[in-house]
Amino acid sequence: MASRDQILAALRRNAPPAAAAPELDGLGMRFADPVAQFAESVVAVGGACVRVADLAAADAALAALPQAASATRVVSLVPGVGRPSVELTAVADPHTLADLDLAILPGELGVAENAAVWVEGRALHHRAVFVIANHLALVVQARDIVHHMHEAYERLAGRPRGYGLFISGPSKTADIEQVLVVGAQGARTCTVLVVDGPAG
Amino acid sequence: MAEGHPHAAARFVADDERLHWHDQAVWWIRQKRDAASAPVADWEALRVAAAGIKRHVLSRLADLLEEFERNAQAAGAQIHWARDAAEHNAIVHRLLADRGVTRLVKSKSMLTEECKLNPYLEARGVEVVDTDLGERIVQLAHEPPSHIVMPAIHRKKEEIGELFHIHLKTERGLADPTRLTEAARHHLRDRFLAAGAGLTGVNFAVAETGAVVVCTNEGNADMGTSLPPIHIACMGVEKIVPRERDLGVFLRLLARSATGQPITTYTTHFVGPLAGGELHIVIVDNGRSEVMAREALRGALACIRCGACMNTCPVFRRSGGHSYGYTVPGPIGSVLAPLRDAERHAALPFASTLCGSCADVCPVRIDLHHQLYALRQDLARRHLVPWQKRLVMRVAARVLAQPALYRVAGWLARRLVPLLPRRLVYMRWNVWGRGRELPALPPDSFRALYRRRHGQS
Repeated sequence: MASRDQILAALRRNAPPAAAAPELDGLGMRFADPVAQFAESVVAVGGACVRVADLAAADAALAALPQAASATRVVSLVPGVGRPSVELTAVADPHTLADLDLAILPGELGVAENAAVWVEGRALHHRAVFVIANHLALVVQARDIVHHMHEAYERLAGRPRGYGLFISGPSKTADIEQVLVVGAQGARTCTVLVVDGPAG
Repeated sequence: MAEGHPHAAARFVADDERLHWHDQAVWWIRQKRDAASAPVADWEALRVAAAGIKRHVLSRLADLLEEFERNAQAAGAQIHWARDAAEHNAIVHRLLADRGVTRLVKSKSMLTEECKLNPYLEARGVEVVDTDLGERIVQLAHEPPSHIVMPAIHRKKEEIGELFHIHLKTERGLADPTRLTEAARHHLRDRFLAAGAGLTGVNFAVAETGAVVVCTNEGNADMGTSLPPIHIACMGVEKIVPRERDLGVFLRLLARSATGQPITTYTTHFVGPLAGGELHIVIVDNGRSEVMAREALRGALACIRCGACMNTCPVFRRSGGHSYGYTVPGPIGSVLAPLRDAERHAALPFASTLCGSCADVCPVRIDLHHQLYALRQDLARRHLVPWQKRLVMRVAARVLAQPALYRVAGWLARRLVPLLPRRLVYMRWNVWGRGRELPALPPDSFRALYRRRHGQS
């Protein structure tokens, strides 16, 4: 603990005068049609966005995608969407997910300004599932699309504390001569299904 | 004293074609940043908010770190404190050694570069694999990153193809970025699956929730922390934000400033370990508390490592990241490096035109060019600038302080310099003249012209 106390003492000794934390009210851009903006943002970050009436339509739209049609190892955490062949709760070791073709996951909310979808960790069973799968589909309710990040964190504030993440589009890199390559380490495609109707 | 930026940069600019290629590659990212930030109507308000949050954080950093520690521990993380690089490296090694881990996958962390963690672990038998594609490229090339966001931006695709041919067994002559990236994906997947532990940096640590937030586009941090059971996250003390909602401000600024994206692909909030696993958070000072004591320079601790100041800097673009000789290059590196070791990095505050473009693009409004100027004054006071520069400055100060002397000196220069042979004017002590031409000396002084025009003195 010697280091801890020394570091904290040095930081207290050298601290600048008190400065209040700024209020963040009024930040963020609002859009006339946040769902349309969200769909536009998803495409801009390299994903695909499909707007559907209900979960049955989401299932049909997904089935029409080549990456879903050819998938054999499939995880779905959205009841009624996809043809799951792997039951995550029965998977003991996430390493066995290495050949997962498709993961279909629920998104708690979507952010219009940047296509980010919040995925709650508790539901995943294995954290690896969203990144190890070759293809990813996220299912978000249209009513859960917010304008901007400030609104997103307001919505998330009430949840129980835990692991979670924003996903915006497929995995990508531009580390070789600035050429954008989609499918670096994680999902090669990211399809966001925006569902208008009531869940399930 | 290290070789110094002017000498290293001279080597870089000797290859004219590569110089312009690098300049354009880096400028392209600056343009993407402009395109991504211009449509954000509240961009300036965001920068002001970000700077305000960072100012607040510095003023009560110790309290916030304690709050973060409590909340992270409550969520199941274990906290370690390191005063310096040596202690940081020893903590990480001990964590691995005690658990018999010999294979470590890392995602990008400038802090571990600063601490020289890789060679430390490799010397102790740990295989370290950098998993960010750019970092993997420079690791295979046995060189440091040249840019904090795009570590291999100085490398051409043909050179990367050659590296991959040697190390990843790709076909000779392959230089297609898509196929090279695909080869790296397979190569790195194997390493992720074989790793005993994953190490990440930290973009933000949230005091109120105990979360560490890591931003990547490739997903390498997520692969490296979701397969092996042990996650080690290394952070500088300054990475704290007080409230979760503060992230909204920084996440809107970070990727737009860094690469022109609205947000990174993955923004992961780590709260507690994997089921049955361990999360260790190493909090590192390594000189930061001393920087905090320096009023004119402490603002540099607000840096969120977006790299925008590098992409806009006319000196960085034309001299390359390696010529700075420090983990973080460019304007922010030229502030941070001499704060760590003034003698070694004395040339860096002069590797700037003080044009101020860095401060204009900085998402947290660090007044970089003022800091570089303050550092120059500090270095001069401590006699850490070359004797030629000191001598010239001393003579200039004398002459400029005395109008009569100034007039005589001007008169002499206008008459003498045009008569002198070129090799005398540009002799080797004229450091200034190495890369520059003196303007033609006018026959008359400004004072004489003014008097002639207005008929009075």
